[in-house]
Amino acid sequence: MATTADTFQAHGDEHHHDADHKPGFFARWFMSTNHKDIGTLYLIFSIVAGIVGGGISGIMRAELAEPGLQVLGHVVNFLGGDGASFDQQGHMWNVLITAHGLIMVFFMVMPAMIGGFGNWFVPLMIGAPDMAFPRMNNVSFWLTVAGFCSLVFSMFVPGGTGHGAGTGWTVYAPLSTSGSVGPAVDFAIFSLHLAGAGSILGATNFITTIFNMRAPGMTLHKMPLFVWSVLVTAFLLLLALPVLAAAITMLITDRNFGTTFFDPAGGGDPILYQHLFWFFGHPEVYIMILPGFGMISQIIATFSRKPVFGYLGMAYAMVAIGVVGFIVWAHHMYTVGLDVNTKMYFTAATMVIAVPTGIKIFSWIATMWGGSIQFKSPMVWAMGFIFLFTVGGVTGVVLANGGVDDNLHDTYYVVAHFHYVLSLGAVTSMFAGFYYWFPKMSGKMHSEFLSHVQFWIFFVGVNMIFFPMHFLGLQGMARRYPDFTAAYAEWNHVASVGYAITLVSVGVFFINLIYAFVAGKKAPANYWGEGATTLEWSLSSPPPYHQFETLPVIEDHHSADDHISAKPATV
Amino acid sequence: MRRALESGVVRYKRMESFDAMTFGDIARKPLTFLTMAVAALTFTAAPQAVFAQDQAVTAPVEAAVEAAPADAAAPAAAEAAPAFEHYGPEMIKGQPTPGGIGFQDQYTADGSYALWMHDAILLPIIVVICLFVLGLLLWVIARYNRRANTVPSKTSHNTLIEIIWTVIPVLILVVIAVPSITLISRQYKSPPENAITIKANGYQWYWGYEYVDNGGFEVISNMMPEEEAKAAGEPSHLAVDKRMVVPVGVPIRLQTFGADVIHSFGIPSLWFKIDAVPGRINERVLTIQEPGIYYGQCMELCGARHGYMPIAIEARPLDEFNAWVMTQPGGTTPELKAAAAAAEAAAADSEAADAAAPTA
Repeated sequence: MATTADTFQAHGDEHHHDADHKPGFFARWFMSTNHKDIGTLYLIFSIVAGIVGGGISGIMRAELAEPGLQVLGHVVNFLGGDGASFDQQGHMWNVLITAHGLIMVFFMVMPAMIGGFGNWFVPLMIGAPDMAFPRMNNVSFWLTVAGFCSLVFSMFVPGGTGHGAGTGWTVYAPLSTSGSVGPAVDFAIFSLHLAGAGSILGATNFITTIFNMRAPGMTLHKMPLFVWSVLVTAFLLLLALPVLAAAITMLITDRNFGTTFFDPAGGGDPILYQHLFWFFGHPEVYIMILPGFGMISQIIATFSRKPVFGYLGMAYAMVAIGVVGFIVWAHHMYTVGLDVNTKMYFTAATMVIAVPTGIKIFSWIATMWGGSIQFKSPMVWAMGFIFLFTVGGVTGVVLANGGVDDNLHDTYYVVAHFHYVLSLGAVTSMFAGFYYWFPKMSGKMHSEFLSHVQFWIFFVGVNMIFFPMHFLGLQGMARRYPDFTAAYAEWNHVASVGYAITLVSVGVFFINLIYAFVAGKKAPANYWGEGATTLEWSLSSPPPYHQFETLPVIEDHHSADDHISAKPATV
Repeated sequence: MRRALESGVVRYKRMESFDAMTFGDIARKPLTFLTMAVAALTFTAAPQAVFAQDQAVTAPVEAAVEAAPADAAAPAAAEAAPAFEHYGPEMIKGQPTPGGIGFQDQYTADGSYALWMHDAILLPIIVVICLFVLGLLLWVIARYNRRANTVPSKTSHNTLIEIIWTVIPVLILVVIAVPSITLISRQYKSPPENAITIKANGYQWYWGYEYVDNGGFEVISNMMPEEEAKAAGEPSHLAVDKRMVVPVGVPIRLQTFGADVIHSFGIPSLWFKIDAVPGRINERVLTIQEPGIYYGQCMELCGARHGYMPIAIEARPLDEFNAWVMTQPGGTTPELKAAAAAAEAAAADSEAADAAAPTA
């Protein structure tokens, strides 16, 4: 098994003797130092977590399909509690929403976007043999897995009114301190520690890789936008996650060691926790969407057979979103009793984010404008992304207004907003990226037909789930409620039917996967044709176990914004 | 529930004394003490004849606070006080409409302004933006697909259009920001002198409404069981056993406080939401324009029964509100308090006169 040092030594030597020498199964998958294998592990992990998190949403939508409590009692019984107890049912609801949020954020979207696609394609796109710290890369992955286990474990230990952590993914004190007796919340917090540590290590790895391991001639302003997006994301992770770590460590000590950081009885302040959490939490939402932006840029350019419009504007729009993302956090806290000037400031600052986001949307459309568009599956998903993300984005502008948000805060309008940008935005971009790169990763072609079918079922399903939530929110329905008054029944029912439709689309996705592995055609090196110009298309599908043992050289006779033209690697 | 209720009260009392000290609600504490002292003095010193009618009402405040949850002193007080009938379901104004797709009707001035801002500015803008993007996408699909346009252009820059799509969104945001900032400044107006202070205390899992200016009694409000709500003609999950009665047309200095964990006091039809946080008192002015019943709910995750601690505000004309206050144990009005103070002063004068008489 080649170490990093070996790979660099191989640089000087023209033989490709051990390019495809793979270690044995256990060493390859459990002690992996190969960025592509770790990327695959992340993607598999993310799909597993997605099934768990999506299954939990199924339970939630079933419960919300009509007024009254019908499902929660069975769930409580299933997990060994007393299903007849009203309080245990209510607590189980909170456990479900908490687990759904944490799993989807930390164990589904982040591992897929950064760990999966980032690991796979950042080294390939910049012409690097591997990540800068391959062993640390492995540590990042297994810390994430350990974090997931800790979170799942928390559901089976006491957490106050019943088993599990029922605090919401935000883990607000004092509900998460004095309000939740028992070890469940400790395990949930520990899960965030582990996942956060894994992400910080991953972020340092990406930053180091991107700054130091670009192929000759690959200047920062020639990097593909996906690499730019991961670079910005890595900086957001590096700056935001330590703040979360500090906040939840203080929660741990408040819970177990008698400190009172967030307890007014000892001079603390529960609002301090919210400031710390959202100082992390707001960049976190950009962490989840920026790599998606990057993938969409690659896909749109590929299938329009045009270079990305306004490359520099696109790259620096992401930097701007990242920077401004750090100074808008209190728009999640408009109703906590902010000072009037604070509220005005956060209103103005939050609206500013619409500008770079608008630049991205319009630049994507301008990339397609004048292009020669081929509607392959990734492109269809990418165009769906642009529309759905726009819908989610404009409701964000509504919510940015502190005075208007007074009536929308913690209602289903907010739920609709962030699911449009994440569930319909980030997840749609992940499917786009998955279909874009799946044959590259696996060497097998998926079914274009099934991908299109999946897109349309998914599009109808998710809009049916989440669009009515705008109406529910405007009508005043609160978030995190297992039960509601009869007036909210109609739209909730529509949303639950939408879930069933979305479930069918996920089924089509798995059928497509099975089809690809069983009957999929062998994928050529560049199966998308001349629009696909980044370095990964110069390699075979799947790429050799160790690529770029001779570094590719990026030629410099094109303008910076043209697509990168590279001598194919000689592997 | 009973046990939870009592422990809630105990915890609340601990926090109350503390929060007054820590968070600088310094004015409130002496004021409360003063109110209590005045009431107590009145009760002992004033001539019995004058206050015979209101004896039950002017019971010491601390007793009233204890009694409110237990509900023991209420019947006696109700007998002595003027009759008061709660509104029936025909007066329900703030509640969700089945299948509704917009905001609830608004019954405050700020709410109407905010509703106007959403319906006349924000909603048209966001709908137009979405349709614009959708239109561009459809145009691109129709015009620039591979069959219609086989040779892609190589354009990757156009400074002018990049400036346009940066500047126009900025202008749109300015159009939004002006009414938005105006709305915030309106919402943060300080309460006027004559504002009536009511404190909403969030407990796991019910609300307590403390009438600070009316004798300091606390009304404990629990959700009405579904069958009872149906029988009363009120919406389930929103109806409560004891409503928060407030005066209509009079500014209310509404304060919120979290006794155990964070709750949030949210009324969609009044455009009002403010968190109830342990260790601090949040305050906002609320002026309801029409008599009626307005439903709300707890809007911040607070534990197992977060979904089951609704709010029901019953807004009544001031005289009816005062009449309701008199039905509450320890309830009093500023006028009565002033009268009591005057009587006390008179009594003190006559005592002084009595004391002076023998020497004369």
